[in-house]
Amino acid sequence: MTTALGEPNAIAIASFLIFIALSLGITVWAARRTRSTDHFYAAGRSVTAFQNGLALAGDYMSAASFLGIAGLVALSGFDGLIYSVGFLVGWPIVMFLIAEPLRNLGRYTFADVVAFRLRQTPIRIAASIGALAVISFYLIAQMVGAGNLIRLLFGLPYEIAVVIVGVVMLAYVLFGGMIATTWVQIVKAVLLLGGATLLAVLVLARFGFNPLALFAQASAMYGAGVLAPGRLVTDPLDAVSLGLALMLGTAGLPHILMRFYTVPDAKTARTSVGYATAFIGFFYLLTFILGFGAMVIIGREAITSFDAGGNMAAPLLAEGVGGTPLLGFIAAVAFATILAVVAGLTLSGAATLSHDLWVNVVRGAHADEREQLAVARVATVLLALLSIALGVAFKGQNVAYMVGLAFAIAASANFPALVLSIFWRRLTTAGAQASMLAGTFSTLVLIALSPTIQIDILRNEAAWFPLRNPGIVTIPLAFIVAVAVSLLQPAEADEQFVHFERRLHLGAE
Amino acid sequence: MADSSDSRLEAVAAARWRIAVSLTVAMMVVYFGFILLVAFNKPLLGTLVANGLSLGMLLGALVIVAAWALTWIYVRWANAHYDAAIRGLLAPGKVEGR
Repeated sequence: MTTALGEPNAIAIASFLIFIALSLGITVWAARRTRSTDHFYAAGRSVTAFQNGLALAGDYMSAASFLGIAGLVALSGFDGLIYSVGFLVGWPIVMFLIAEPLRNLGRYTFADVVAFRLRQTPIRIAASIGALAVISFYLIAQMVGAGNLIRLLFGLPYEIAVVIVGVVMLAYVLFGGMIATTWVQIVKAVLLLGGATLLAVLVLARFGFNPLALFAQASAMYGAGVLAPGRLVTDPLDAVSLGLALMLGTAGLPHILMRFYTVPDAKTARTSVGYATAFIGFFYLLTFILGFGAMVIIGREAITSFDAGGNMAAPLLAEGVGGTPLLGFIAAVAFATILAVVAGLTLSGAATLSHDLWVNVVRGAHADEREQLAVARVATVLLALLSIALGVAFKGQNVAYMVGLAFAIAASANFPALVLSIFWRRLTTAGAQASMLAGTFSTLVLIALSPTIQIDILRNEAAWFPLRNPGIVTIPLAFIVAVAVSLLQPAEADEQFVHFERRLHLGAE
Repeated sequence: MADSSDSRLEAVAAARWRIAVSLTVAMMVVYFGFILLVAFNKPLLGTLVANGLSLGMLLGALVIVAAWALTWIYVRWANAHYDAAIRGLLAPGKVEGR
């Protein structure tokens, strides 16, 4: 088939430039309002529930899910839906266990909560190692995805695309802090939800607005197998392991957790998760339509001829149902999506480096606002350079796998210590520290020994560890280590627990 | 006074913990029930419940609906009971909502 994909496309470039102009305008506006660390890290705590719901959705709906899952469904049918479902089910867990206590107990990072009634230095160091590991893997996935995507969509060289993303994102975070990052997320979430809805409506219009007619057509063209579980999930243990990592990892992603500090109180945090869950669930339901739509309207051969992984299914579908203008618009939305997610990740990494490590560990919590802001901005520049370097170094890596690993580390390193610090009185400093370190390093080691690294990348005969995702081992391990180490020690900070529990429920007064 | 406030806080904390754990377990049962069916009973999920709709796709969509429903139940409970209990615990004269 003929397509304008991969060639400089006037509408794509115009849409993209409008987005860049709009987002830099937001950054200039936000820069004038960014005067304190509360503004830089937490947008002055004045974001509304609806706005934060959109911003959370914006941070979470990455290009990997928009392009990757639509492509996965287009190529393997039902199996792709397993991911659509898995990426949503973490949100109720965030709501039930994390969002409100986090808002009441912390200031800028999730380490604030873990360290609240324990000793600061060991907790902050261990939490930072976990947070930075998650952020690095997530950044690799986004930067590699950005480079490939922009090369395919606009015909720009991979390295130039990576540098553009790094520089524009740096401008948002450096000057506009959390205020600019939040508004860029909101604009991007509205564009992404709007674009995906428009695409789905145009697809369904061809099937009398009956999704079942679309699915029936897919099964007539490619066999009834596309509606049933297939090859993607062969090992049940691996399926459960990936499921655990997706579900519990959401509640351990530093850039998501940080958003709960941007709202005024715990009730607003709660309501914002409600909005986020509604938007994200709606988006993943749309991926059912987009994936099967691309399968039927564009065809599998045409999709794989552009990208073997199927990542171009959604842009090709846009061209198929709306011509070059819609292709241009969707391409620009995909680029905007990557920029916004990378900005959110960088800001949370900067908060870890400056608030957790510099201010609370190196300076013992004695740093004035001026110094804190300066350090945060230096950290932002370092992270932007790191993300460009990672994007270039990891060119050609599988994006979806990297995201899966980021979730596995988040679920093993951050989630157990965070939940136990909130709900388990007996947790000690050494217990939390050992849990975070065991979670981080066991995940990294088991990934290195997994079939994906040993067989697919190193071309060895066999792997030391049978599972591709280590979550089913490392998540329970992190919980067991926390409990065992805590119980081997005398109780700690018991008298502080009453104060902790008051603050957890009533907030800072 | 302080003692009764502390014991009321304990009661609120226990109620919130019960709700949080029950809803978390419910979400895990629904989701892992779906994943285990995908892993162990593929033919069943391939059964068509209507032309173009397999049982697996229907259940997948229902997991998303279940996530919405459980989230909604929690927000309803918290808005109706938890917030009221918290307001009761805050010292009189304090501005509510902060």
